[in-house]
Amino acid sequence: MDISFKAVSHTYQPNSPFEYRALKDLSFNIQSGQFVAIVGHTGSGKSTLIQHLNGLLKPTSGEVMIGGYRLKAGEKTANIKGLREKVGVVFQYPEHQLFEETIEKDIAFGPKNFGATEEEIQTRLPKVLEAVNLDAKLLDRSPFDLSGGQMRRVAIAGVLAMEPEVLVLDEPTAGLDPKGQQEVMDMFYRLHHEKGLTTILVTHSMEDALKYADHVIILEQGKKHLEGQPEEIFVQKERLKQVQLDVPEEIQFLMDLKTRLGISITYDKHSVDDLVREIKAQIGGGR
Amino acid sequence: MATDQVIFKNVSFRYAEDQPWVLKNVSFSIKQDEWVAILGHNGSGKSTIAKLMNGLLFPDEGTIYVHGIEVTPDTVWDIREKVGMVFQNPDNQFVGTTVRDDVAFGLENRGVDREIMLNRIEESLKSVRMTDYLFHEPHRLSGGQKQRVAIAGVLAIQPDLIILDEATAMLDPRGRKEIMMTVNDLREETKVNLVSITHDLNEIVGADRVIVMNDGEIWLETVPRELFKQEESLREIGLDVPFTAKVTNRLKDTVDFDQQPLTQKELLDQLWIFHSKQ
Repeated sequence: MDISFKAVSHTYQPNSPFEYRALKDLSFNIQSGQFVAIVGHTGSGKSTLIQHLNGLLKPTSGEVMIGGYRLKAGEKTANIKGLREKVGVVFQYPEHQLFEETIEKDIAFGPKNFGATEEEIQTRLPKVLEAVNLDAKLLDRSPFDLSGGQMRRVAIAGVLAMEPEVLVLDEPTAGLDPKGQQEVMDMFYRLHHEKGLTTILVTHSMEDALKYADHVIILEQGKKHLEGQPEEIFVQKERLKQVQLDVPEEIQFLMDLKTRLGISITYDKHSVDDLVREIKAQIGGGR
Repeated sequence: MATDQVIFKNVSFRYAEDQPWVLKNVSFSIKQDEWVAILGHNGSGKSTIAKLMNGLLFPDEGTIYVHGIEVTPDTVWDIREKVGMVFQNPDNQFVGTTVRDDVAFGLENRGVDREIMLNRIEESLKSVRMTDYLFHEPHRLSGGQKQRVAIAGVLAIQPDLIILDEATAMLDPRGRKEIMMTVNDLREETKVNLVSITHDLNEIVGADRVIVMNDGEIWLETVPRELFKQEESLREIGLDVPFTAKVTNRLKDTVDFDQQPLTQKELLDQLWIFHSKQ
């Protein structure tokens, strides 16, 4: 689904002493099938933005279009339930939202709410279990008997079981160890391609944004600071520094290689192996 | 033994009798003035070690000494005078309505004189560079600032040992950097012992020693430089070396490294030397 923000502002508790403008005149477009990273510090407006994607919040001015759904101040959105079925949101620490007696019931809760029949749910279950790499033998167990990483998979399976077209991921790897982080990100990347999803990843990790996204939006205090392809965005050291973000590790390394050693390698989503091969070819001694 | 601040002797622990062992026969010691990082994947037992160190848990087998005192339910209050702990979630550890009140909390509990108290609050906030926030409300601070105030609260009671139990896990990169800078400052300016618990190898660069846990057992005790060489085997236990180490390890057949670089700068310095000789 195409998504567009047109001059969106969101103010919490307007006309009160607690008035707070979380989004300020924000405009951008996301094409159907894109993998977009939204990067920004705590307080930059990322969470407020996410809540506009499935109608938990509405703009206080401007408008948001998600596929055919329109969110606009003072206007009732037609069939907002349909929107929420199509936009799956994996919130931060989603395992904190597990509540059912068994894993099966927890995963089925979402689709059931949206009117999926028992039969439909039974055909979806094995698919989502496979996607998140959970053993079907676990279905009868309580989700609370699982490890943290497994609990997160159950929570993600619950979102996938609604078969959303847009997947919104809010810091999906927070708190996981490096192996868990990579497994979860690789899983979302695979799903994105296999199912032709539109994926919106909210992250602090410049490295993940660089690795997975084909479009990046950088937010600062509710405004758009930069937008573009990761390869263009992440070389703008000064602009990133203005909002206290660092250039991703690998890009910084390539910049320094150039200034200090005169070795010029253009960033091209290299694997470390490929990168080192290029360094060897240029540094001498790699004959 | 006087120089060993913490001793774990054949410690085993499980949360209940029908549960698997979380720690299996773990023995190690931490010397005075050392910063030791305890590293491991989720569920490796690293946080359990932290909780055993200040008597939040007690071992099922084996013994633990902190500063020469055995950790038991009877000594737990003496132990906690010596061991301060900073937890993962910055929002779960505030009691005061201002930064100053919050740092004062531990001191008030110990009946410290007002004069000394004011002094210690100032000193400890200075160490974490938060003196400008004396009258701020803690819950309105950024994650990194919250954790720095939490560290100040621990510093104020002047412990011998500070444990950081994944204190950066819930912070953004800016917050992480703040905490790592604070920890490095503490290393230089105070004599306090540090134990940091993490799964991020970027955060162990400054540590004197590393204890790597895997499935409840000590997998390796070493120094950061040595650990960065073990990329393959670390991956097998769910951990990952930093980018700098990955590049280094793949360049070794071409470039002669004096020593394993810990930072990008060290790596580039060595590459520059190699390159200039070609």
